[in-house]
Amino acid sequence: MTDIGTSPDGVQLRFRNDEPVDHASVTVDAFLEQSNANAVRVEPGDDARALLPHLGQIQLVEVNFPAFGDGRGYSSARILREAGYEGEIRAVGDVLVDQLPYMKRCGFDAFEPDAALNSDDVENALNRWPEVYQAATDNGTPIWNKRHAAAS
Amino acid sequence: MYKYDQYDQAMVDARVAEFRDQAKRRLEGKLSEDQFKPLRLMNGLYLQLHAYMLRVAVPYGTLNSTQMHALADIADKYDRGYGHFTTRQNIQYNWIKLEDAGDILADLAKVEMHAIQTSGNCIRNISSDHFAGAAQDELIDPRPYAELLRQWSSFHPEFMYLPRKFKIAVIASDTDRAAMKLHDIGIQIVKNTSGELGASFFVGGGMGRTPMIAPNIREFVPLDQLVTYSEACLRVYNRYGRRDNKYKARIKILVHELGAEEYTRQVEEEFALLLEQGIEPPFAELERIKPFFADPAFEDSAKTVDRSDPDFALWVDRNTNRHKHDSYVSAVISLKPVGGIPGDATAEQMHLMADLAKDYSFDELRVMHTQNIVLPHVKITDLHALWTKLDEAGLGTPNLDQIGDIIACPGLDYCSLANARSIPLAQKIAQRFDETGKGDTLGELKLKISGCINACGHHHAGHIGILGVDKKGVENYQLSLGGSEAEDTALGKITGRGFDEAGVVEAVETVTDVYLQNKQGEERFLDTYNRIGMAPFKEALYD
Repeated sequence: MTDIGTSPDGVQLRFRNDEPVDHASVTVDAFLEQSNANAVRVEPGDDARALLPHLGQIQLVEVNFPAFGDGRGYSSARILREAGYEGEIRAVGDVLVDQLPYMKRCGFDAFEPDAALNSDDVENALNRWPEVYQAATDNGTPIWNKRHAAAS
Repeated sequence: MYKYDQYDQAMVDARVAEFRDQAKRRLEGKLSEDQFKPLRLMNGLYLQLHAYMLRVAVPYGTLNSTQMHALADIADKYDRGYGHFTTRQNIQYNWIKLEDAGDILADLAKVEMHAIQTSGNCIRNISSDHFAGAAQDELIDPRPYAELLRQWSSFHPEFMYLPRKFKIAVIASDTDRAAMKLHDIGIQIVKNTSGELGASFFVGGGMGRTPMIAPNIREFVPLDQLVTYSEACLRVYNRYGRRDNKYKARIKILVHELGAEEYTRQVEEEFALLLEQGIEPPFAELERIKPFFADPAFEDSAKTVDRSDPDFALWVDRNTNRHKHDSYVSAVISLKPVGGIPGDATAEQMHLMADLAKDYSFDELRVMHTQNIVLPHVKITDLHALWTKLDEAGLGTPNLDQIGDIIACPGLDYCSLANARSIPLAQKIAQRFDETGKGDTLGELKLKISGCINACGHHHAGHIGILGVDKKGVENYQLSLGGSEAEDTALGKITGRGFDEAGVVEAVETVTDVYLQNKQGEERFLDTYNRIGMAPFKEALYD
């Protein structure tokens, strides 16, 4: 079995305090076959729900974006978070700076873009949105909850 | 009308700043055109044949006079003095410079407008019934539900990079004036047997090269689960919609390939899981939104008009719709003058429509998907004064739902996808039927023209549909009959081989002759077609 994935050195942004996994990840198929790995890479066509029975042993999920326009990875990340996964979810591949706020809202907490992002642009992107309209898997309080906070 | 609070305004302002920053990074070369493209599309900026086109959202087709004035000012300041109202109740400008786009978005934000998600592979502007809140036949005003979905779908983090664009329509009447079943999701607000309101979901409709009528996947979603159910529909699509072929990427193909039953099963499974996540807005939010759409202060007054002027009487008969208050009507301003460009309005006309809305319609206007404008609440006693002013400005054409009320896409005159011109053909047909006087004998007849297979002119849903194709470098037009976008939704059938431009004008005349010869009683063209079938039309066209 060939290891794939990235080394922690390539991670440009990480919003976690724990130690990153220091070895490469395996494919979903390989993970399900041997299941002693703790780092797995989810491709756009993979069903993230296949990992749900094993969340306790996983420390890192890399979600690969071969092309920035393929948005399946956003659903994969949310599904993992919705199921209670608390380990790292790292977006790798064709990840663009304007996508960071959306990815963070879907549960990504580390980013390893193919092309390094300009740090000023990152700063701007992450501070862009004063509010969020809808619930996702981050801590953002939706506008409609804020509007009715007093009542509820 | 809905009014922004500080939250809505902050989001729209942030969007303007974001776009300015993106445009700057594009100019600096930090963003490639490939990377910039989806970003500009999600701000309504489209690269057309000759220039950038900017599409501005008119949420559920409702706007006030201040907003209409602002749209007119943009036409004057940044375009060539006119705008084009679209089949999804938006407005687009065809001659925009990229460097002006940020300023235009800033001007829009000042009047609570934007171009957010009016293009791109994301959830688009939500459309609705243009007579919402006015029609006598509606169950309830559908716009509060559309507004809730507007908020939910704006900047939705999971659904910004869908396989393809995604269009939602919300209605609340058995009469469908929004082509609801030809949307990716069509929602009808309904009442169940216990008298509770809920949402009936139709998913997987659409036009384009593979037209489909949306099947009903759930008859009743309780209103306090509306957002969660929508989210489930979208998630299944985002995960499993095809991404290998742009032409098979719409949700209609997924629903078709899986089968409605299997798609529904997957949605229900996802829905059950999402219900546990508590993503639904507080129910109080709907209650907060509703009063924005409350009835204005209607007054009782005379319920009939003086019909002594036959031109006025004709306009009243054709261009007004029954209102829930019997002293009022909804009045349609036709943007289809004979020989004009369907859906176009000059800045001057927009200013006038805004003023008339202020004077005669409680400051409210609607954009129709048939590319006309509605003044939703006009007192019957004001109709003559209103009509007089419209007529003077070339806006009094009495042709709502008549053969001259043609939907046409921009076609080869503007669009880089088109195979054939649509606008000149629409003009020729309208002129022909006007000159011969025959248009007046036909009653309701919806003619729709698309300049290519993408079907932006809704030709599949036309009682008479015309599709422009390229036949060895020559523009050729296919004729279809029997489509409908109303509650009797149907897809038209092609008559046979196509025609050149002059030939298709003749062919339209021929099929209307067949109708007139066969018409029984009060039958519309569509009714006669449905009764006698294609054969007599084919015979007249080709034998």
